Amino acid sequence: MNAFANIKTIAKRELGGYFASPVAYVFIVIFLLLIGFFTFMAGGFFERGEASLTSFFTWHPWLYLFLVPAIGMRLWSEERRLGTMELLLTMPITTWQAIVGKFLASWLFLILALVLTFPVVITVNYLGNPDNGVIFGAYVGSMLLGGSYLAISCMTSALTRNQVVSFIISVVICLFLILCGYPPVTNLLLRLEMPRLVEAVAAFSVMTHFEGFQKGVLDSRDIIFFLSIIGFSLFTTGVIIRGNRAG
Amino acid sequence: MIKVENLSKSFGPKLAVNKISFEVQRGEVLGFLGPNGAGKSTTMRMITGYIPPSGGKASVGGFDIVEKPIEAKRLMGYLPENAPSYADMTVSGFLHFTAEIRGLRGDAKKRAVNRVVEMCFLENVLHQSVETLSKGYRHRTCFAQSIIHDPDVLILDEPTDGLDPNQKHEVRTLIRRMGEKKAIIFSTHILEEVEAVCSRAIIIDRGEIVANGTPQELKQRSDVAGAVSLRINGVESAAAKQKLSQLALADKVNVVKESGQKVTLRVFAKGENVDGELARNVAELVMKENWRVEELHTEEGRLDEVFRNITLPDTKEVEK
Repeated sequence: MNAFANIKTIAKRELGGYFASPVAYVFIVIFLLLIGFFTFMAGGFFERGEASLTSFFTWHPWLYLFLVPAIGMRLWSEERRLGTMELLLTMPITTWQAIVGKFLASWLFLILALVLTFPVVITVNYLGNPDNGVIFGAYVGSMLLGGSYLAISCMTSALTRNQVVSFIISVVICLFLILCGYPPVTNLLLRLEMPRLVEAVAAFSVMTHFEGFQKGVLDSRDIIFFLSIIGFSLFTTGVIIRGNRAG
Repeated sequence: MIKVENLSKSFGPKLAVNKISFEVQRGEVLGFLGPNGAGKSTTMRMITGYIPPSGGKASVGGFDIVEKPIEAKRLMGYLPENAPSYADMTVSGFLHFTAEIRGLRGDAKKRAVNRVVEMCFLENVLHQSVETLSKGYRHRTCFAQSIIHDPDVLILDEPTDGLDPNQKHEVRTLIRRMGEKKAIIFSTHILEEVEAVCSRAIIIDRGEIVANGTPQELKQRSDVAGAVSLRINGVESAAAKQKLSQLALADKVNVVKESGQKVTLRVFAKGENVDGELARNVAELVMKENWRVEELHTEEGRLDEVFRNITLPDTKEVEK
């Protein structure tokens, strides 16, 4: 109960922090502009001639690749730079409460941005009869995908007080998670004629796991995959912070 | 309230704090002195549970900071060095946040925030964001945060750093007043502050305690403590010096300053100078000789001199 109240307090402050600075508004505007551009211009929403949001969700892993680390990069590096980490961690809360609180705040913010894409759903429903179950599934997948990227950014931001360094490292890690299931890469590995390796590497790809959601399938394996990325990254964040404090 | 036993911290091969032990009771204000890099902040960070000790123990109100961190932290207020706070929050938002995380809700929260705003004179900047504040206000905001839950134990790392003389005075008064009911540790390198506020002072140097006592006791370790200084007008310095040296209690006499007709001399006592015995001796001589005295007093000793004497040899070693 107490833990829950502490997490809530931390999350509330963190979320307020996004909206107190231009970060929140810039992010939301850019996110919506880009997603609109990719869906309608680059994704060929109209040319497809089908009532689905495939052209919308396909772009999510790529768009998140740059945008999510941008909101996650400040989580801990900002605390380290300002010295408020010392303040926060000498409060009567545990380190994991702080980590979870901050992560949840940023995730909530991302979900808010995602919710604001609702006009796309309205549009497609107006134009045709899409399967709204599939759309819902894809939204859940997108949420989990964003959460995983965020947890990774959270981890890299604990590594350094420099937000740029934190940003670059998390982009690289997220890119790796995309590419290891990307056809050009898997085809390259296929040529090595080691099917086991291909399978193992591809299993780590967010693309493979996100695909299921895009088809409207909520497979527990995919959900567990994303949740375990989040869990692992947050746990590692805790280890890194403990390392920082021990000097 | 605060108990520190053989507390040590090493960063790699470097020993920052070496087996420090002390206790602070309720109603005590402990001044933490030492040159830069002596280990003051590191010690405070260990007591507040920010960094884990490499050895030894620290406990607050009977709760070990490593084994029962939450209970110990609840009793403590902490002002870290440089007074950090969230730059993008308003003063009011920041104080409400810290009150909430200290478990205060509703009316109690409001009352707590109002109390510290009044105590720290923050009314004027309540709705400004922290990054737009001057250093003094920023400092007081963080100080307000540390006392928001009216803690029994206060750990203040350089609470008057960067404040102007008036603000320094306010903060000192505040600390002294709170020190009557709380256990307070504060670090500083302003020596006059120690005399003004502390009931006890510890000097640490290179991670070790080199002196521990009341400011009075520490001052007595000064070379000039107990000596009598006098300024006279219209007397030859050599003659005065010669006369003063002949006093029964005088050990040696120095001419401190000579400008025009005025001579300042310092008479050192042989052994202990009890109850100003030496000053009476000097006064009798002055009257007998009919010197024109402008000033005459017994030196209490100087803290800065003690500080230099204790910590200087070590710094020299480092330079080698």
